[in-house]
Amino acid sequence: MVNLAKRHTTVSVERATLRLAGLSGADHERVPWVNHLVDRVRQDVGLEHGVALPVWDALRRGDAPDLTTLAQKAAGGAVTFRLPEGKDSTAAGKAARTAISRGVRTIDKQRATRDKLIARHGDPKQKPWIYLIVATGDIYEDIPQAQAAAREGADIIAVIRSTGQSLLDFVPEGATREGYAGTYATQENFRLMRAALDETSKELGRYVRLTNYASGLCMPEIATLAGLERLDMMLNDSMYGILFRDINPIRTFVDQRFSRQIHARAGIIINTGEDNYLTTADAVEAAHTVTVSQLLNEYFAKEAGLADWQLGLGHAFEIDPTVPDSFRLELAHALLARTLFPDAPLKWMPPTKHMTGDIFRGYLLDGFFNLVGAMTGQGILLVGMMTEAVVTPWLSDRDLALQNVRYVLDAAGGLTEDFHPPREGLIQTRARQVLREAIDLLQEIVDDAEETGDPALLAAIADGTFGAMKRPPTKGKGLDGVARKAPGYLNPATDLLSEGSDR
Amino acid sequence: MNPPPRTEAQETRNKSRQHVGQRRMEDALPGELSLHEESPLVRPYGDTTGDGMVQISFTLPVPHDKRAEGAALQLAAKMGMSPAILVHAKSIAPSFTFFVVYGAVTHLVDLREVEVVERDFDVLSARDTNALIRKRLRRKLVVVGACIGTDAHTVGIDAILNIKGFAGEKGLEYYREMAVHNLGAQVPIPELVNAAHDLRADAVLVSQVVTQKDAHIHNTTAMSAAFREAFPAGKVPLLIVGGPRFEEGSAKELGVDRIFGRGTTPGEVASYLVHAMIERPKGKSA
Repeated sequence: MVNLAKRHTTVSVERATLRLAGLSGADHERVPWVNHLVDRVRQDVGLEHGVALPVWDALRRGDAPDLTTLAQKAAGGAVTFRLPEGKDSTAAGKAARTAISRGVRTIDKQRATRDKLIARHGDPKQKPWIYLIVATGDIYEDIPQAQAAAREGADIIAVIRSTGQSLLDFVPEGATREGYAGTYATQENFRLMRAALDETSKELGRYVRLTNYASGLCMPEIATLAGLERLDMMLNDSMYGILFRDINPIRTFVDQRFSRQIHARAGIIINTGEDNYLTTADAVEAAHTVTVSQLLNEYFAKEAGLADWQLGLGHAFEIDPTVPDSFRLELAHALLARTLFPDAPLKWMPPTKHMTGDIFRGYLLDGFFNLVGAMTGQGILLVGMMTEAVVTPWLSDRDLALQNVRYVLDAAGGLTEDFHPPREGLIQTRARQVLREAIDLLQEIVDDAEETGDPALLAAIADGTFGAMKRPPTKGKGLDGVARKAPGYLNPATDLLSEGSDR
Repeated sequence: MNPPPRTEAQETRNKSRQHVGQRRMEDALPGELSLHEESPLVRPYGDTTGDGMVQISFTLPVPHDKRAEGAALQLAAKMGMSPAILVHAKSIAPSFTFFVVYGAVTHLVDLREVEVVERDFDVLSARDTNALIRKRLRRKLVVVGACIGTDAHTVGIDAILNIKGFAGEKGLEYYREMAVHNLGAQVPIPELVNAAHDLRADAVLVSQVVTQKDAHIHNTTAMSAAFREAFPAGKVPLLIVGGPRFEEGSAKELGVDRIFGRGTTPGEVASYLVHAMIERPKGKSA
């Protein structure tokens, strides 16, 4: 699978590379210049060699004084690209590397700034860290809400994206004021929100982290923008886009690898999306698919250079509360994840599927969810709202939800010390059973490899092993943006990231 | 037949009752409402018939002080709560206070005036929908979806079709017995018609968000006309449009089978498809 990812590139990986070299902005129809430039290069010489050589060759030949002008001229059809050879190629490659390494160094600087700010303001006093969502659609509404949430006790602010952004094959530009059930992820929105939270961090004496989504068709670009603008966590799942958004599997794995290399470099904690498996399937029957997904996410993350402390592997409290012993089963599953990944800041996600609109019952359910989080030492706790599935959280909903969290953490936060379920009890027995089923499923995937030579995982995804969705590698959105690399393919960004160098 | 005379105790209790006129009583006198007959006039029920008790909670954008509490009670009174009891007030942000108020409402509800708009089909669970298709259609139900014309807003069609779904409900892709083809944004009408033909679509779902210069109306009528031209009568797939600005009663005018408005969930669309295809087929060959 990793080899498959290494053998291909995508339009979004190439656009991310140009963004590292400092190309931003869009035309009057809000089509980003990176899209224009990659499209024109592709038209003239194809994508398989990467855009770095043709673009910096054109700059060297004097077609334009800088990247933005080049993109503007190219959009108008005034530039023809060629694939340089010999000395020209070497020189273009060198120039590209110089330009792109500046972006990589900005990411390094932002990481150092984060470390400095954490040293100055401090991390949250308690574990798990409290994660709250903001989603108004308007960045200028989001900012005061996020600041208020931080003052009320949130350690991490997540700005939900507008519905449908994951299927846009471009990243919108500028500060945005309208979105559907969320706010667009743009470089300017990232910058505005991070600056606001820096202010609040100073005021509170606690570094407030910012989260967004590196998923969908523009995953590599959004990861890059997150690194450049010092976001602290990114939702970034290895298979979510394939299964739940019908994005082409190869496109996803290629984009994934690049985005995770960026996250590794930027010191960003990734959050994976295992909760989604439990909302589409039964949380008891499908418990082992969560474990399998966590193991896959861990593998792909480490391969891309992420360290254990950066793995916010996901899981969720989604068992039907009418199932007998549902709380004990939740404890078993949560403890299994905790034990399997002792050094990862696991992300524990609240009930959504069984939140019925009965807010009173929902409040109790959230209390039990918090209790599992406290008892099993989770790293990141996404605060559950009793008004889940009713309204976007009101000010008072958030206050009540945070009271719930604080009460449980204050009252039972130390229970991790005392909570050691006996080996033959239901909790340990259940955890062993889920682990066994997970191993069996992994074995099944390995055995199921097809003769076509496709990696076993690709075959499993095509067969509908995950989330009951069949996603063959020849279908799905974004396939036309994938190219198999030709000999001589050059991308200084992946080189710099893989080598760990900054020049 | 006259009811037995009341005891002294009953009379005393009777006098202490509030809202005597509206209360149903076990020992009703003529003219009073009896517990034994269904009264069309009802009040909320706390712990006694007719007490009218409700609870509300709300936030006012004022700092918590005596004035804020007075303001909360004023709001409760204006909402028809009398008497209202402020049971909880708490500052939840520098200039916001959260309140919980209990009290009796003075309003009566007349059951005779309640109008119920019946949906003409039942909303089924995903499991029941799948089972019905399997049992009755005996093949997959083929759905083709798209945003047509210049409309690039796939939010609506994606919410209905993608497995991710909407409002906690999974999209039609999640239904095992449906074969879903989402053609995406800005699909030209001829392309949609061809796709529907090639895929032998049972239903075509079109999302229209952009309403500038009535684009949604023009696109929809053009689409339905194209389908009626390309398919023999009785073989046209079910044509369904969705969008926030359609009038729900205008399906016939636009030449489509059904219109869905804002807030429609995938489950409702799935249930409608089953209803239209299976429970009331319109002469289509399976």
